Amino acid sequence: MALPLFPPERDPGPDFVGLLRLTAEGPATGGDSVAGVARELALQVPHGTTVVAMRIADGVIMAGDRRATAGNIIAHHAMEKVFPADRHSAVAIAGSAGMAMEMVRLFQVQLEHYEKVEGSILSLEGKANQLAQMVRSQLPMAMQGLAVVPLFAGYDVARGTGRIFNYDVTGGRYEDIDFQATGSGGRDARNTVKLGWRADLPLEEGLELAIRALWDAADEDSATGGPDPIRGIYPIVAVVDAQGYREVPEADVAARFGALATRLQAERAR
Amino acid sequence: MSMPFYVAPEQVMKDRAEYAQKGIARGRSLVATTYDVGIAMVAENPSRSLHKISEIYDRIAFGGVGKYNEYDQLRVAGIRHADTKGYAFSREDVDARSLANLYAQYLGNVFTHEMKPLEVEILVAELSDTENQLYHIAYEGTITDQDHFAVLGGDAETITERVAGAWQESWDLSTAIKAATAALAGPDRTLDAGDLEVATLSRGNGRRTFRRIDVEEMARLLA
Repeated sequence: MALPLFPPERDPGPDFVGLLRLTAEGPATGGDSVAGVARELALQVPHGTTVVAMRIADGVIMAGDRRATAGNIIAHHAMEKVFPADRHSAVAIAGSAGMAMEMVRLFQVQLEHYEKVEGSILSLEGKANQLAQMVRSQLPMAMQGLAVVPLFAGYDVARGTGRIFNYDVTGGRYEDIDFQATGSGGRDARNTVKLGWRADLPLEEGLELAIRALWDAADEDSATGGPDPIRGIYPIVAVVDAQGYREVPEADVAARFGALATRLQAERAR
Repeated sequence: MSMPFYVAPEQVMKDRAEYAQKGIARGRSLVATTYDVGIAMVAENPSRSLHKISEIYDRIAFGGVGKYNEYDQLRVAGIRHADTKGYAFSREDVDARSLANLYAQYLGNVFTHEMKPLEVEILVAELSDTENQLYHIAYEGTITDQDHFAVLGGDAETITERVAGAWQESWDLSTAIKAATAALAGPDRTLDAGDLEVATLSRGNGRRTFRRIDVEEMARLLA
């Protein structure tokens, strides 16, 4: 490895993806299409499923189940789908797991790289657009059935509010004012959030709503994992507010699922 | 055809070194020292946006004195090296020693082969749980590694004496910064918070250990 210095006319600036291209480490999320990946093969690749994001009074909540499926097989029981993108934003992934995780890793480095080189932090909008470009670069693979559709949410420090962005496979970027869910169980989760959501939702109620949404998604969708008390695997729930990104402790999430199960049992017994 | 005059290699090197030293001496100095929970870096720099001290990676910081455009280019190259290495391998595989070596090779190469040497001195500091490292790299590529403190800049010898006189094993941040500020100022001047750029690498600061200390906090620490 030599010191990566470039003449001014070829300097990639704060762009880490551009830098990778110049140093021939290779763009990880390149548009390199695997010719003729059969649909059947795409089905054998692990896919992540349900992730949900909602705006609350002080920021956003993001939650995701832990199951990855390959066709009708459960590929992983404990996959993580919610990640910190940087201090004030989070990214959650649904779709082809391997490429999605690589995209998240590149996105995290890109944001930090920009911050260090420029000495200032990208705006939330700028971060959302960066991610759109990365999703767009995956389009040839998406056409073969290996799609990645992330959900991006964060606390906009300049505006003092939480914001949510979702994407389609072509890199289309859509801002959701209130809540959004993607993945195979996304529709079920979204329905639950829609019924319970209101503006200025306090953190406590927001967490309950996220837990309930994932419960309902797991109830309706076979590819979404519910709480797993036997292995001790619970969905990941994260909060992003003015203080930054933090994950809700697993014990807390477990207790909330336990309470929900007890409540549902009691309702049935009545 | 005109014949160039013969100039002894000793003379060429001497001239280049003199040129670089003069350039560096025009700028202000920088002091880095270890303290009880990390490494503190103090530079005399009235600018709030043209930094002498910067973050390279999770536990690595960069300090530069001399010509701004030259050390800033090295700073960016360092970030690029660290980020590509961490991305290709793992975050824990990024270390200051290999980066310091690259800097030393580059500076040495420019000094011997180019018309004009770089008028910079740089510091690569790495926080570690066992032993902190301060790599001081001079304009001609000489690299030295220091355990306790390092001084960069034109007036390094006198400032080094002042820091050495005050230095204590595992002093706290406030004491360390006061001593560094006094060493930079010398007996005839006083420097206040607005004249200084200060940053730390400190344990217990999460994954990214680098933190800038703003003017208000600096004023409190100096009080």
